[in-house]
Amino acid sequence: MKKSDRLTLFCVVALLVGTAALAMAGMAVTGLAGTKKPGGQAPVVSIAQADTVNSPKKKPSAANTFNRLMKKPASAPHASPVDDGIHDPENSGTHLLQWPTEAFQNLPGTNDGNRVDWVTALKEGAIAPRYELEDPDAEAFTMDLVIVREVKGSMPDVVYPHQEHTEWLDCTNCHDEIFVPAKGENQISMAAILLGQKCGVCHGKVAFPVTDCRRCHSKPKSVEQLRALAKRSAWPAKDSGPKKQ
Amino acid sequence: MPLKPMLAAGVGLLVAGLIAFALVNVPPGDAQAEYGDVVINNYSDDAGMRPVVFPHWFHRIRFRCNVCHAELGFEFKAGGNDINMLKIFDGEFCGACHNSEIAWGVENCVLCHTGMPGMRTRVHHSTSDRLVAPPSAKGQ
Repeated sequence: MKKSDRLTLFCVVALLVGTAALAMAGMAVTGLAGTKKPGGQAPVVSIAQADTVNSPKKKPSAANTFNRLMKKPASAPHASPVDDGIHDPENSGTHLLQWPTEAFQNLPGTNDGNRVDWVTALKEGAIAPRYELEDPDAEAFTMDLVIVREVKGSMPDVVYPHQEHTEWLDCTNCHDEIFVPAKGENQISMAAILLGQKCGVCHGKVAFPVTDCRRCHSKPKSVEQLRALAKRSAWPAKDSGPKKQ
Repeated sequence: MPLKPMLAAGVGLLVAGLIAFALVNVPPGDAQAEYGDVVINNYSDDAGMRPVVFPHWFHRIRFRCNVCHAELGFEFKAGGNDINMLKIFDGEFCGACHNSEIAWGVENCVLCHTGMPGMRTRVHHSTSDRLVAPPSAKGQ
């Protein structure tokens, strides 16, 4: 065999092996890419799809999928009204509606909700929504008061800015029905929020969702607070033997 | 075949493969609705109309929450506003704008009543909507 022939043979073999490896990497990479997708539920997709890719193999029982309670993830963001699954494509008007993609193209982005940072969009003037129906020039009646709510455990405290909220809303939207305007008078829990009460009246429906923890829980505990916390929750308990340093 | 074109072909193949995978990886799903899309089906189905799909995103680009939720008195609850066509004709709720002056008028039925028939009233992608419920309790 000539040297050049050997080289060619080597290249062909390398190409074949490389292709196979790439195909596998492709699967793995799409799996990885899936986890980075906004929405946070993507890992399920890659696993579900891996099942279909390996179809010649015996499928695991449908009763024991990765997480049988997890809903299928919402698809790629910003489907057109025609194929978003809630508009009826047989309805003539559906085809006249604006696509979210078109409306959002120049707006600052986030990783969840509409994938639009609405507060920044308003601040930067990327959108100019009216504050009053009749008067296009009406200015929002805003208030610059920041409330810090101390929360349990090591979770950073909640910083609530009135400013950003009053740019959009009227005082009466929250006070007094949802929040009593007095310190210590409002019992708020994540459970209530998840059920659509308190902050959950908007957050998790139209305002950014609760999966974006750090946008609210944004003031880290001080080192002293964290030390005190660690001391209190030390294990084993104080009187059950010598403590490890 | 010389080594370089072979390598180029390999890389090309790889890139093509990755792109194909990325395209195939668009997940399926019945509800690709936009976050905050509200389906209102208080009376529509019974009246032989498609349910209404209200896109929050479209409206908040044009109006702040204040306009609908304070001035017009919409409650923060899907289905919690007793909206009917008579009220809309009279300029209440949607009718405050959908009067052919600010936005399209009520004669354009098919622009609001766009939903799949039979959908229940809900806010799409809302947290409470995503809470796991026993299959029997699911609306659809």
